[in-house]
Amino acid sequence: MAEQALSGLKIVEYGNFVSAPYCTKLMADLGAEVIKIEEPGSGDESRRHGPFLNDEPHPEKSGLFLYLNTNKLGITLDVKTKTGQKILKQLLKDADVLVENNPPRQMADLGLDYASLKQINPRLIVTSITPYGQTGPYKDYKGYALNTAGLGGQTMRTGEPQRAPLAPPLSQSHYQSGAMGAAATMSAIFARSSDGEGQHVDISEAEVWATIHLGHGVHLGVFEGRKSIRSGHRTISVYPWCILPCKDGYMCLIAIQGFQWKRFLEAMGTPEWMADPRFRDRISVALEYADEMDAMVEALIIGKTKDELFEICRRDQITFAPVRSIEEVANDPHFKERGYFVEVDRPNTGTLKYPGAPYKLSQTPWQLNHPAPLLGEHNEEIYCGRLGYSREDLVKLRKGGII
Amino acid sequence: MANYPLSSYRVVDFSWVWAGPLLGMILADMGAEVIKVETNKRLDSARLTPGRSTVGPETDFVFHSINRNKLGITVDMSDPRGAVLISELIQISDVALDNFSPQGLRKLGLEYERLSKINPQLVMISLPSAGQYGSLSNIVTYAPSLGALCGYSSLIGYPGERVLGEQTPYLDVTSAIHGAFAVLSALYYRERTGKGQYIDMAQIEVGASVIGEAFMEYFMNGRVLGTMGNRSPTMAPHNNYPCLGEDRWVSIAVDTEEEWRSLCDAMGNPPWVNQKRFSDKFNRQRNIEELDRLVSAWTINLSNCEVMDILQKAGVAAAPCLDLMERFSDPHYAERGTHLQVEHPATGIDIIAGIPFKLSGTPGEVRRHAPMLGQHNDYVFRELLGRSESEIARLVEEKVIF
Repeated sequence: MAEQALSGLKIVEYGNFVSAPYCTKLMADLGAEVIKIEEPGSGDESRRHGPFLNDEPHPEKSGLFLYLNTNKLGITLDVKTKTGQKILKQLLKDADVLVENNPPRQMADLGLDYASLKQINPRLIVTSITPYGQTGPYKDYKGYALNTAGLGGQTMRTGEPQRAPLAPPLSQSHYQSGAMGAAATMSAIFARSSDGEGQHVDISEAEVWATIHLGHGVHLGVFEGRKSIRSGHRTISVYPWCILPCKDGYMCLIAIQGFQWKRFLEAMGTPEWMADPRFRDRISVALEYADEMDAMVEALIIGKTKDELFEICRRDQITFAPVRSIEEVANDPHFKERGYFVEVDRPNTGTLKYPGAPYKLSQTPWQLNHPAPLLGEHNEEIYCGRLGYSREDLVKLRKGGII
Repeated sequence: MANYPLSSYRVVDFSWVWAGPLLGMILADMGAEVIKVETNKRLDSARLTPGRSTVGPETDFVFHSINRNKLGITVDMSDPRGAVLISELIQISDVALDNFSPQGLRKLGLEYERLSKINPQLVMISLPSAGQYGSLSNIVTYAPSLGALCGYSSLIGYPGERVLGEQTPYLDVTSAIHGAFAVLSALYYRERTGKGQYIDMAQIEVGASVIGEAFMEYFMNGRVLGTMGNRSPTMAPHNNYPCLGEDRWVSIAVDTEEEWRSLCDAMGNPPWVNQKRFSDKFNRQRNIEELDRLVSAWTINLSNCEVMDILQKAGVAAAPCLDLMERFSDPHYAERGTHLQVEHPATGIDIIAGIPFKLSGTPGEVRRHAPMLGQHNDYVFRELLGRSESEIARLVEEKVIF
C-alpha cells in the first residue's frame, strides 16, 4: 500500500458516538492505524443511532457509524473488567496515541487516568475529548452536544429574537471538538519528536466553541456591554445579509460592498423603489427598514428558481448563493468533478456513497482503504496476531464476555 | 526558551480576514514562527471591522485575538522587488498558507507550482471557497454563502419552518481547524520522506464533512433532512428552555430512561410526568411540543445556572446558554483560562480567546501580541534575509516594504 501522510502512527480509540470517532477517522483516512475498541455485544452507541439503511435498525447498518469509522480496525473489549484493562494496557504499550471521550472520573476509576498510563508507556499521547475538559468546576458534569454548544456560546447566536435560541445541527459540538482533537494530537506528536515524552491532550468541547469559534469577540461584551443578537433569517449589519425565499427554495443574499448590491438590482431591472432616499444607506436599511426591504426583494426573486438566480449572480460576479438542500449537494456537478462523494462497499450494506475528503493532499491523497469494521471484525487479528493470545484464549475471553 | 511543539517550523501566512489567519493562529499558539504578510496598499479588513468603537488599524481586538503570537511584515508583492523578498522568505520556510481565490493566487505568482520550485520541501495549504478546480472554483462569496452551498444552512431553522441559515463565519473556523490538522499531517510525512506537498482545501467540502449523517440519510434512504431546530432523532427532552430573567435559556438533553426519571424527580414529580404520552422515549418524541411546554413551565421560575446545578446534581445534562459577558465571568472558564488578558501597545489590556486546547507537557501560550503593521520588517528583511539597513530604507521609501 502506498505511503500515506500518517502511515506508521499507531492509534487506539476507546471512544464512543461522534467526537473521539471523528478525531480518529480524520487520522485513519490519512493512513494512521486506528484500533477501535467497542463494548462487546452492543458496540459503539452510533450503531444504535442511525440513520439506518432502508430504515431498518441494525448495528451494522447505521449511517452515522459507517461514516465515522472508515479505515479503522475494530475489536471488542470490556474495559470495565480487570482482564479488559490488562489487555488495553498491553495494546497501549506499543501505541503512539490513545484517543478517548469518557468521563474523566470513569477513566480514573478504571485506573486509566493519564498518570497511570504514562507509567506503562511514557511516549504515549492521551487525547481526551470531553464535554467540559479535565479541569474546572464543571469537569464531571454531564453534557451532550446541545449542552456544550450552549455553554460555549454558539447557541445564543442563532434563532429568532423572541423564540428559543438554536443549537447548531447534528452533533456539531462533537465534530468540532473531534477535529480540534486531531490537530492537537498532531501537535503533541511533534513535541514528542523533540523530547521523546508523551503528554495528556485535554479538549473541552464547550471550550472549543468559547475559544477558537467565539472567544475573539468576548471583549465586546466586557467593554461595550454588547450581547449576541439573534435576528432570524438575517444579520443586522449592512443590507442585504439575509436568506429569502425564491421560487423553489431559498437564496442567501449578502453584499458587503455597495457595488455588489447595485449589480444585483441592475440585473433585476433596477426597481423603482431604489430611488427612495430611505434605502440609500444600507446600514440604516438593515437597522430600520429590513422587513419592508425583505418584502420588496422577495418580490423580485420569488418568480425565479435558485438555478436561474445563481446563473445571473455568477455571470455578474454577485456574491449571492442558493441554499442547497442535502439532495442538491449530493448531486452537485462541482462536488462530482472533485470526486467528493465516494463509493464504499461493505457487508450488510452493499455499495453506498459517503461524504469524502475535506482536503486534498497532492502527494498523499485521502483514501478509503477499508470500510468501517463489523463489530469485533479484527479480534483475531489483534488478539492472536498482535498480542499473542491463542485461539483457545479467544474462546475463553468471548465466553467471559470480555470480548 | 520554553519548548513548544512546533518551535522548529516557520510559516508564511498570506491569508487574511478569518479562515486562514485562524489556521495560522493554531500553529503560532503551538510555537511555530508564523510570519503574517500584509501590505498598507490593502489592509486586512479584520484590522478595520466596521462598527467597533475603536479606530485605526492597530486597535481591533478581534484582529488581536486571531493574530496573536504571529510576526508581521508589510510588503507589496505586486512589485517585482517585493516578490523577490517573498521568494527568498519561502526558501527558508516550511509552510505557506493562503486563502486567496485560485485566480488571485496565480495573479500574485504564489501558486504552488512556482513556490515548490523555490522550495521543494514546502507544505502549502490554500483554503478557497470551493477548491482549486471544479465548476464553482471561481465563485465569489462571503462566509454565509458557503454555508448555503454545502447544505449546512438548509438544516438551520425551527423544525419544519423556513430556513434561517448559518449567518456567521462558522465554516471559516471549521476549515481552520481541519486545515491545521492537514498541515501537521503533511509535515509529519515530510519529516519521514523529505517531500513537501500541496493541500487544496475547499471550505464547502469541509462544511459537508461535518454533517456526514445527513448525506448518509440521503444516500441510504433518499430522505432529505431540512430544518431541525433543537430536535434530536433520539433524545427527548432536547431543547433550550426559558429561564428567569430577560432572554435567559438553559439547554436540557435527556437520553436514557434513568435520566428521564432523574429529571422528573428534580422537577418534583408533577402529575403530568406519569401520563402515558410521556411514558417512554417513543412517546416523549411523539409529544415533544407538549413536553417542551411543560418543562418550560418548570424552568421559567429558575435561573439558568440554578437549573444546571439542580439537574447536574441529579445526573441530567443541563447547561446554560451563555452570552459574551457570561462566558467571560463563568467560573469554569475562568479557572481554565478560556479567555486571556494580554497587553497590547495600542490598546492597553486586550481580552482575547485562550488557547483552544490544553497540552499537559507543552501548553501553548500567548508569547507576543498581534503584530503592528510591519512590526517585524527589520527582523525578517535584515536578520533573516540579510538585507542591509540602507537597502531596507530604500525599499521602504519606494514603497516596496509597505
